[in-house]
Amino acid sequence: MSATLLEARNLCISFGGVQAADGIDLDVRDGERLAIIGPNGAGKTTFLNICTGYLTPAAGSVRFRGHDITALAPRTITRMGIARAFQSPQLFHEQCVIDNLLLAAAARERAWNPFRPLRERPERDEMVALLELFGLAEYAASMVDELPEGTRKLIDIAVALALRPQLLLMDEPTSGVSSLEKFRIMDLLVNALAVQGVTSVFVEHDMEMVERYADRVAVWSSGRIQSVGPPDQVLTDPAVMRDVIGV
Amino acid sequence: MRLVRFLPAVLVLAVALLPLAVPWLKIILTVALAKGLAVLGVVVLLRAGQVSFGHAMFFAASAYSAAFLMQGFGGMDLAVLLLAGTVCSGAMGAVIGLFVVRYRYIFFGMLNLAFSMVLYALLEKMFHVTGGSDGMAVGRPTYFGFELARTAFETALFYTSLVLAGAACWCVHRFLRSPLGEALSAIRTNETRLEYLGISARRVLLIAYVLSAALAGLGGTVIAVNQGVVTPDLGYWIRSGEFVFIAILGGAGNVLGAFAGALVYELVRFYAAAMAADVWQMILGFVLLGIILFASRGFVGLYQDLVAVAAPGRPGRERGRKR
Repeated sequence: MSATLLEARNLCISFGGVQAADGIDLDVRDGERLAIIGPNGAGKTTFLNICTGYLTPAAGSVRFRGHDITALAPRTITRMGIARAFQSPQLFHEQCVIDNLLLAAAARERAWNPFRPLRERPERDEMVALLELFGLAEYAASMVDELPEGTRKLIDIAVALALRPQLLLMDEPTSGVSSLEKFRIMDLLVNALAVQGVTSVFVEHDMEMVERYADRVAVWSSGRIQSVGPPDQVLTDPAVMRDVIGV
Repeated sequence: MRLVRFLPAVLVLAVALLPLAVPWLKIILTVALAKGLAVLGVVVLLRAGQVSFGHAMFFAASAYSAAFLMQGFGGMDLAVLLLAGTVCSGAMGAVIGLFVVRYRYIFFGMLNLAFSMVLYALLEKMFHVTGGSDGMAVGRPTYFGFELARTAFETALFYTSLVLAGAACWCVHRFLRSPLGEALSAIRTNETRLEYLGISARRVLLIAYVLSAALAGLGGTVIAVNQGVVTPDLGYWIRSGEFVFIAILGGAGNVLGAFAGALVYELVRFYAAAMAADVWQMILGFVLLGIILFASRGFVGLYQDLVAVAAPGRPGRERGRKR
């Protein structure tokens, strides 16, 4: 059995009476792809926000490779090896695609020479290769805000991967993408994660995607985990089918 | 077409040679270069989308440090004054920066204004130390070990300022294109993503703030030595507003624009004051209105458009960059 990379224990947080996390206990194992599913407002994104330091839970703890990261700032958690891709792509829209990636690479290498231009960074080839993994090398010089949503989502993930994280947290990586495109995008994403050896957690609403790409599934319901296990087992659970899938 | 591309170099050469043809102009040009250095500091912060309405405090702090050194030691070398003024302002920028970099936009601007008014009040009220509103005299320092006559010193100071302006332009240009400079722009566009890259936006802004304070300080020392007197007016809020005004005039966020704006501003101000003493501020106001309405990217933007017209298909701005 794989070692545990991330351990969440008894996480609790509420917003104006709504319990977004109510005693969440969850382990993320090294090398796996864990999908988080559940209805809107169940607390899935809140869990990602807690794990990346955007929110501090009222109770409970998150440990990453044995280190308590519960109250740390997002930048500190990022430096420890947890990267994040957002539901709405978070990019530097006044910079071109390659500059977005090079800035991530410079942050990773802590390369802050004030007289060496970003575009002359030695990681340029590595970043182009990363874009190639997503089939996006042709967009290297394009301005980010000139690209379609699906492409920007992939670039957002590529920026996160440029940090060479151990764990990547993604919030609905294929939302806003046409149903024809989403499998192609997920295939590219899964391949990139495999090439880089990155463990991943992704929030998803599309059960077909979960079934096809997740190693394990955690089902969220009103701030609690209803069920965790392999997709074929969890997605056929009558309670999950009734409460989450709506069958 | 070729002439248009070399226009900046031609203008720099013209500025360098102008004092030879019109010797009295070197005082005004030195003032313009000193202000240009302070404006360059404002431009650095504009890259992060932050406007400081108090940067004259660093200008005044270094000018007064020159006055204190000259009076305290009964004379000093220009090189020491420049170094001391820059270090003094940079250190002051580091202390004040610790507070102001926690804030953004209007709060950042107003906090800078508040700090500058505290310094202004101190300079004005501590009469026995600073000379109050009369200010302090600044004697003529030695020039790298040489004692120069007044005219020779003014000429030497002008060319020193020109070299300093060139060096500052190069350094800031490189800085803005470095990972730190790109992270500075990212504060304006997406601070959330910056934090999720493991970069502290506050630390990046603090580094930029210290650099901008040091640049303003360098300009402040030049103006103190050029004028021979320092008064609290150097740190007044109107002076800070003037730096922002010039930054917009030259082309907000552009390195060369800082000096282009400062040169045009000083020349327009000088001739407007000479020919229309009662309405020169109004003339300056109309110039800025014209720039904002018809050339919102300032003089540098006008030049870039000129290049684009002269060479269609060859963008005036660097490819892949919107600034």
